[in-house]
Amino acid sequence: MSTNTIVSLPDQSTARIPKVNFLTKENGLLSWLLTGDHKRIAILYLISITFFFFIGGALAGLIRLELLTPQSDLMATDTYNKVFTMHGVIMIFLFLVPSVPATLGNFLIPIMLGAKDLALPKINLLSWYLYVVGGILVLYTMISGGVDTGWTFTTPLSTHYVNTNVMSTGLAVFIAGFSSIFTGLNFIVTIHKMRAPGMTWFRMPLFVWSHYAASILMVLGTPVLAIAIVLVALERTMGIGVFDPTKGGDPLLFQHLFWFYSHPAVYIMILPGMGVISEVISTFSRKRVFGYTAVAFSSVAIAVFGFFVWAHHMFIMGISNYAMLVFSLLTMLVAVPSAIKIFNWTFTLYKGSITFETPMLYAFGFMGLFTIGGLTGVFLGTSGTDIHLTETYFIVAHFHFVMVGGMLMAFLSGIHFWWPKMTGRMYPEKISQLAAVVTFIGFNFTFFPQFILGTLGMPRRYAAYPPEFQVLNVFSTAGATILGVGYLLPVLYLTWSLKYGEIAGNNPWQATGFEWQIQSPPLTENFTVTPIMDHEAYDYEWLENQKAKEVASVG
Amino acid sequence: MNEITHQPAAEHGEHEHHVTPPIVYMVIFGCLLAFTALTVGASYIEMGVFNPIVALAIGVIKATLVVLFFMGVKYSTKLTKLTLGAGLFTFLALIGMTLADYISRAWGRW
Amino acid sequence: MSDSTAIANGAPEAQHHEHPSYQRHHFESVEQQADATNFAMWLFLLTEIMFFGGLFTAYLIYRNWYYPAFVAASHQLNIFWGTANTGVLISSSFTMAMGVWCAETRRKSGLVLCLVLTFVLGLIFLGIKTIEYSEKIEKHHVPGFHYSVKNFTDPASDPETYKEYKDKPMPLDMARHTELYFFLYFAMTGMHALHMIIGIAILGFMIFRARAGAYTGGHVTFVENFGLYWHFVDIIWIFLFPLLYLISRHQ
Repeated sequence: MSTNTIVSLPDQSTARIPKVNFLTKENGLLSWLLTGDHKRIAILYLISITFFFFIGGALAGLIRLELLTPQSDLMATDTYNKVFTMHGVIMIFLFLVPSVPATLGNFLIPIMLGAKDLALPKINLLSWYLYVVGGILVLYTMISGGVDTGWTFTTPLSTHYVNTNVMSTGLAVFIAGFSSIFTGLNFIVTIHKMRAPGMTWFRMPLFVWSHYAASILMVLGTPVLAIAIVLVALERTMGIGVFDPTKGGDPLLFQHLFWFYSHPAVYIMILPGMGVISEVISTFSRKRVFGYTAVAFSSVAIAVFGFFVWAHHMFIMGISNYAMLVFSLLTMLVAVPSAIKIFNWTFTLYKGSITFETPMLYAFGFMGLFTIGGLTGVFLGTSGTDIHLTETYFIVAHFHFVMVGGMLMAFLSGIHFWWPKMTGRMYPEKISQLAAVVTFIGFNFTFFPQFILGTLGMPRRYAAYPPEFQVLNVFSTAGATILGVGYLLPVLYLTWSLKYGEIAGNNPWQATGFEWQIQSPPLTENFTVTPIMDHEAYDYEWLENQKAKEVASVG
Repeated sequence: MNEITHQPAAEHGEHEHHVTPPIVYMVIFGCLLAFTALTVGASYIEMGVFNPIVALAIGVIKATLVVLFFMGVKYSTKLTKLTLGAGLFTFLALIGMTLADYISRAWGRW
Repeated sequence: MSDSTAIANGAPEAQHHEHPSYQRHHFESVEQQADATNFAMWLFLLTEIMFFGGLFTAYLIYRNWYYPAFVAASHQLNIFWGTANTGVLISSSFTMAMGVWCAETRRKSGLVLCLVLTFVLGLIFLGIKTIEYSEKIEKHHVPGFHYSVKNFTDPASDPETYKEYKDKPMPLDMARHTELYFFLYFAMTGMHALHMIIGIAILGFMIFRARAGAYTGGHVTFVENFGLYWHFVDIIWIFLFPLLYLISRHQ
């Protein structure tokens, strides 16, 4: 590990957390529960999603424990179905979808734009409450026996053949969906209408562009999920026949509506993470992001193309051959903007002054693992190979590579990068670097064997499997144990840092961006005077000038 | 950078807030009622495959009148028009591509 | 922004600009606030377009598959009530638009009158829908609740409809698909009615506030944005009416 670092902290013997900041402005539980401050809402979200992440993680642990042996001996197969369903529902709807947008996005977007808050603070708070209600309903579902349809609620299984808590889970997802819609709506309005003077579209941080693209998906895609769930609920309760072949309905209609949202949903999940990576790679290479315009437009392109590829989740379900052809071709198209980003980040690194602080380690992990995950997505988008690989562990490995190796690493990268801004304190660097490496190793051990398992033919969602797959499964479970340690460590040392971490000062990373020009933690109103944006994004020369001016004025 | 004094945050000139005169609303109201009568009448006439086309066309005309005049989109910013367009586009993508699957099922294999 | 924060940061306090009481502090100007909230309402309407989009998709598929069933089932809807409702809703859109004009031109009593008319027309719409729904319930045309296909396999069993349309008896399997038509009828008009109910409730609140002069002092955004919502609900009905009632009324 290089000892070279860009961290620049104030003199610890005299540095203090600013007395007045958004955390100290008001006290008491109600000042948090009735807040309109986007930063407080971000912290509320951070606590909630961490809580649900560990529940989802515990369920993952149970899955991997069961899969140590070929027989379904740890739990009944029905229970196993419930475990992986709840794991999926919690991780997707209660963790991945809100992770970066609702925590980092909420916290940073107004500041990055030079605004005092998001456009609709009350709607922002409502969004959090809807999330909490959705989460409580999921907890209720778990307590009252779970649901075993898989997170995809495929009909007619979910409408006609199971007796489990489809309704409460559906309601939970419906409500959490509105949480997501309101967050996205808020972001779009803020980005369009509340930029500071001089903050043109092409001077915004790329973090904001990614959230803009993700927000478009949230606003336009999530309602279709909502109606799909409503129809499942009506079918279950009233037997209206919309998905019932005996009454003339088509179960595949549900899948069309479900995946019309759920494919853009994966871009809702990854785009904000990509925004984090842009910021982190630029800061730790001391270079502006290569091809800013390309990266910005590729975010929007991913959002737009992402709406046209959903049926690649349905290749084996009974869509027409012509639909298979069209959707497969379009899926090839949607891979291109993601690749453009990877290239641009790589060119950003080239000839940059690279240092290896924790956010950068996670970013490197992201680039490698997301690339692998994305490439395997191309195998799956090709309908010819998808027929053999779908519903096997290859799919499981693919989406865990992009979501865990990609998105979760980006989330951790962002949390570490902006931790000093949100709390005023630095996290302990050595142990956090260790945790990042442990996570990377654990991740590869857990999920790479699953690619092999998939190509060998092990089906997904099976509690029992043929004995010849056991060795790879044991590898995977061993990796999961390591991965668990890697995720537990940040919770411990980040909590520790709240009291004992070094004082960070305004700009420990020497980064550009409005958020690094204000105090850590920020004031409730972010800025005392509306800032003016008079330079391009990622302008490190401007930053040098600022520092020179500061030094000069002290003297 | 905080030295510069406070400036208004409007990044582009706020457009004049157009107030539509009531006579326009009355004319549109009349047109909408007329088109309603027209569409009811058309449903009683046998036009084969054109029945749904005419019905939808009249519906689109009525909706367009409501959008342009009652909702004021004719006088609104480019952003509003773009937003509406984006919504319609996504709506049509949902319907169009889903229906394309259903219709092409009948074509059988290659 | 309090003085203590200015002192703590040593930054010069920007001149405390006057702003109307209804301007929220995170906005720089009333125009920005109005602009932003208007845009937010349009985005919300986009979500509604996509929400109903799922139902329209289902409708188009099943109408294409089961056209005879849809035609016969649509004859069960009373064209008089449907057309009347369309007229009622278009009128309410007109009164709502006039209401917005009154707010913009600061005519308080005009605004109250328009809002009250819109409110009443909305209630009339729901009243007519209640009449229609109860008829469906009586004739066992509610999916999932003792649904009966008798009126389609044996059209003569329903003399009124038979007199008008002289439908031929339908084979049982096609007759069963009328249940899908009615599911779509209830789902789409029901979802629409739910949005009407919410709108009427908000109208009630607005009438109360309008009488106190809240919207005729220059702050028209609430009325304008609600108007957008109301017109959108009207547009949904503009499409539901021909799709559900006017599939084919000729012999």
